[in-house]
Amino acid sequence: MDAISLIVRSIFVDNMIFAYFLGMCSFLAVSKNVKTALGLGIAVTFVLVLTLPVNYLLENYVLKAGALQWLGEEYADVDLSVFSLLIFIAIIASITQLVEMVIERFSPALYNSLGIFLPLIAVNCAILGGSLFMQQRDFANVGMATSYAFGSGIGWMLAIVGMAAIREKLEYSNVPKPLKGLGITFIVTALMAIGFMSFSGIDI
Amino acid sequence: MALSSKTKAVLLGPLNKNNPVIVQVLGICSALAVTSKLEPSIVMAIAVTIVVAFANVIISLLRKSIPNRIRIIVQLVVAAALVTIVSEVLAAFAYDVNKQLSVFVGLIVTNCILMGRLEAFALGNGPWPSFLDGIGNGLGYGAILIVVGFFRELLGSGTLLGYPVIPQGLYDAGYENNGLMMLAPMAILLVACIIWVHRSKNKELQEETN
Repeated sequence: MDAISLIVRSIFVDNMIFAYFLGMCSFLAVSKNVKTALGLGIAVTFVLVLTLPVNYLLENYVLKAGALQWLGEEYADVDLSVFSLLIFIAIIASITQLVEMVIERFSPALYNSLGIFLPLIAVNCAILGGSLFMQQRDFANVGMATSYAFGSGIGWMLAIVGMAAIREKLEYSNVPKPLKGLGITFIVTALMAIGFMSFSGIDI
Repeated sequence: MALSSKTKAVLLGPLNKNNPVIVQVLGICSALAVTSKLEPSIVMAIAVTIVVAFANVIISLLRKSIPNRIRIIVQLVVAAALVTIVSEVLAAFAYDVNKQLSVFVGLIVTNCILMGRLEAFALGNGPWPSFLDGIGNGLGYGAILIVVGFFRELLGSGTLLGYPVIPQGLYDAGYENNGLMMLAPMAILLVACIIWVHRSKNKELQEETN
């Protein structure tokens, strides 16, 4: 039950894009049409669900203060959290690389639709942000961390697909010249974010 | 020191015509999330400038020896090492600000400005121009951050850097702080306004399609 409410929370209340603005760069760049937006959204969810549990285990069994206790008593006060950023980003970069190679080898069709996004994703702030928030929130177990990753990914996908749908319609509207393109996209994002804020009072 | 016109373009271009945030659309995430007050905006601007400049120098020095296939991982490791140093320094000397910035200092690693400049400039240029390019882009990013932070703090809480600037008389006359400005979406709207003004001044930057 906890996991479900965590998923719902991270989709709507703590939405990666509208509450924390993570992954905005690709959100703005790849939201021109719904199909590619959906592809990128799936790729982000996929990578989040793969990397977050790995980083969670590393955080709790290697990096955190006292996490190395399972090696023996003398390691009880080793604190490696200084390296967490380096380790997280290395894990994310190598997992995306690995996933890209595996998909390319086993499913060329999937590779054609997802593959181009994977290298982009290594530097998507939403992925690293997920790991850093995981570190901050101290989830109880791997399952919770994975649900959080799944919910955040779905939330991100929802946002980018919604944005792409709106931008497809915007094509036919008469926007003031200086606001064309980037400007109007920002305004639409802001309005969507205000809309999403109405979820923030909900206590699940 | 007299600057040649080329170095000047590298250093000052990002402040206006080639601004990383509003023209190249890089580094939006952090620009929006940390700007609810002026102080964290300034700290963030300085942190990003330092990291971009030095990462540019390091990658530029290494550019001939990095194999092409793994360059992204190398760039990320260099960036992560620099960001770790910056975040430890912040935690030691500016603990309160560090708390406010929370995960966003760590997120400088994946700040697109950093990766964008490393890919687009440092891999093809010498260390000194790369350093200037890093400083320039950091400042361009900082300028947007500071403008947004200034307006959000002024209108949202009536203070600047924590000091009250709206006279008490105005409050007595019925003026209220606009709480909406403290909310995240307002940062996006402010950036949109900056884009609007900037593009009406620079017509060549206007886009044809929506």
